Amino acid sequence: MSGRHSLTGAHVGVAIAAFAVASALGVLQAMSLADIGFPHRDESLYYIILTAHGVLMALVFTTFFIMGLGYALAQESLGRITGRRVAWVGFWLAAAGSVAAAVTILMGKSTVLYTFYPPLQAHPVFYIGATLLVVGSWLWGGVMLASYRSWRRENPGRPVPLSMHGILATVVIWYLATAGLAAEVLGMLIPWSLGMVPKIDPLVARTLFWWFGHPLVYFWLLPAYVLWYTVLPQVAGGKLFSDRLARLAFILFVLLSTPVGFHHQFEDPGISAGWKLAHTVATYAVMFPSFMTAFTVIASLEVAGRRKGAKGLFDWIPRLPWGDPVFAAIALAMIGFAFGGFGGAINAAYAMNSMVHNTAWIQAHLHVTLGTTVVLSFMGATYWLLPRMLGRELRFRGLARVQPYLWFLGMVIFSTSYHVAGLRGLPRRIYSATLTGEYPQWHGLAVLAATGAVLLFLSALSFVTVTFATWIGGRKAPAPAFEFAVPLRPAVAGLWDRFGLWTVVAVVLVAVAYAYPLIHLLMQPRYPSGPYQPF
Amino acid sequence: MNVELYERMWMWGASALLLLFVGAIFVTAGVYAIHPPSHVETVDPEALATSPEFGNPAVTVQPDGSVVVTVVASLFSFSPDPIEVPADRPVTFRLTSADVLHGFQIVGTNGNAMVVPGYVSQFTMTFHEPGEYLIVCNEYCGLMHHGMLGKLIVRKESK
Repeated sequence: MSGRHSLTGAHVGVAIAAFAVASALGVLQAMSLADIGFPHRDESLYYIILTAHGVLMALVFTTFFIMGLGYALAQESLGRITGRRVAWVGFWLAAAGSVAAAVTILMGKSTVLYTFYPPLQAHPVFYIGATLLVVGSWLWGGVMLASYRSWRRENPGRPVPLSMHGILATVVIWYLATAGLAAEVLGMLIPWSLGMVPKIDPLVARTLFWWFGHPLVYFWLLPAYVLWYTVLPQVAGGKLFSDRLARLAFILFVLLSTPVGFHHQFEDPGISAGWKLAHTVATYAVMFPSFMTAFTVIASLEVAGRRKGAKGLFDWIPRLPWGDPVFAAIALAMIGFAFGGFGGAINAAYAMNSMVHNTAWIQAHLHVTLGTTVVLSFMGATYWLLPRMLGRELRFRGLARVQPYLWFLGMVIFSTSYHVAGLRGLPRRIYSATLTGEYPQWHGLAVLAATGAVLLFLSALSFVTVTFATWIGGRKAPAPAFEFAVPLRPAVAGLWDRFGLWTVVAVVLVAVAYAYPLIHLLMQPRYPSGPYQPF
Repeated sequence: MNVELYERMWMWGASALLLLFVGAIFVTAGVYAIHPPSHVETVDPEALATSPEFGNPAVTVQPDGSVVVTVVASLFSFSPDPIEVPADRPVTFRLTSADVLHGFQIVGTNGNAMVVPGYVSQFTMTFHEPGEYLIVCNEYCGLMHHGMLGKLIVRKESK
């Protein structure tokens, strides 16, 4: 690996290692839920691996991959990474924190799931490890901003390359989001787990968690959108349909991705209906930039098909490079998001949320959004990065070609089963779907979902095999250039590049959405909870 | 900003769709008063035993004929269990937890609420179908979370 991309290599390597472990745990969970026996299956193991799967996938894999992608994009689109030493400090902090947290989970001392709601209490090292992961990512954000400022000084008046525009939006959202998490973990959970504070309020903690929890979704999703806007049209041989609207979409995410957290707390007491309704409106508003993205990206692909000679209404679709694993993975990710988006509109539908809250529907939704849209985009990104970063050709190209389709098929089976089971009342996060004996239809759907999970595991195994084999034994070849899609009309700097301004507006919106409800929560007579460890 | 005609049409269409969704929610919330459980009330989880209401959780019939069910969730059961209520009458559930977060979901209905220690959750619904309903805890609460089940019996009242 050339030194230029050593940061990306280290981060993506950790991300894929976490992904490999977490996918093996995932298939065991699905089997347990379906009552399919395997050695050492018991309740305790189930909840331990459920925690490990969530933490490794949703927090470790995503954060490391996004950091690595950010470094590659800064290097290639800005021609620099300003503050490499800080970046390496961030890497080691995040890696050490992730390993420490994972060890306490696997030792069975932090079986609190990746949402870690108090008053269930984990080992202090779990919270401290998670904090180090986030501190590492803050340093990454600082390096992204420093690289941008350095580039800006040399290029006054020019629009920042779109891929970095998206990464800057991701960084701003991440700082807004992790402010809530820092308040929860540093202000409440760590002092409480060390015994310095005897009791904390579980609802205040939950509210701060979901201040973080929804923009977390956009922290995952925006780097995927960066790939859709700037890599996918190029891989397909097209042009970016509209650079301006892409920038507007990223700014709308900066504004609207945080003041929406109460849609995760619709069924909570202690938060009045009016504020839940206000967050509902913002939740629907944040769907708008996703609609814009769908149009712009699909129009860009149509441009690609037409350049290859398509004339009719739909014949541009088969002319796209469906056999290229980079294209296939990212295009399937987008198809997954069409379903994930509409499922999300149902979850967000205020009173209708009662139908699906905390049922298997929710894990199904998370697996078509994070598990398909984001994961497949990052798989495609891995196939795009490896040859460019390592100067090696992909090994087992046939396997790489099939793998995204296998993932998509597995997820269709897995997620459809759990969506239906959730509507029939199967609760999420349970060791077995058959204990009640009264709902035999849950069992059939859980077995079907486990079949999907096996396909997902085989696809994950193929992905890890291709990645590992390429890394150590791919045939040396001149590294292809990192090329980004060129817009149909040249980009010009404008209102949507003024990150300082939009960050201020976003902070005001977060304050409006959270100040009053939080003050109201804190002002009433409250009865905080001491720690519980029922595992 | 110069935007292509088709893209403008798409954006207007998307806006209309989202306004339709939000409009439907406002109509059901404003006109039909359909809300998620959003009751604001606190209670001391360590003093539940001496609380007049939660010390002895039970089904009570109010003077106006409506039914109130107080429920205490704790590791790993609901009290009272089973819960017996009449059909075709408004039933108000008032729930709290003695320890950690729990969920209270009446399978096959819209009854679904988070149960948080220190807070009282409340929602009202009417059961038209007599029979037995399964109650599940749907928020992870510990090692035997999946075994935290209850039963709701809806009885047809003899006239």
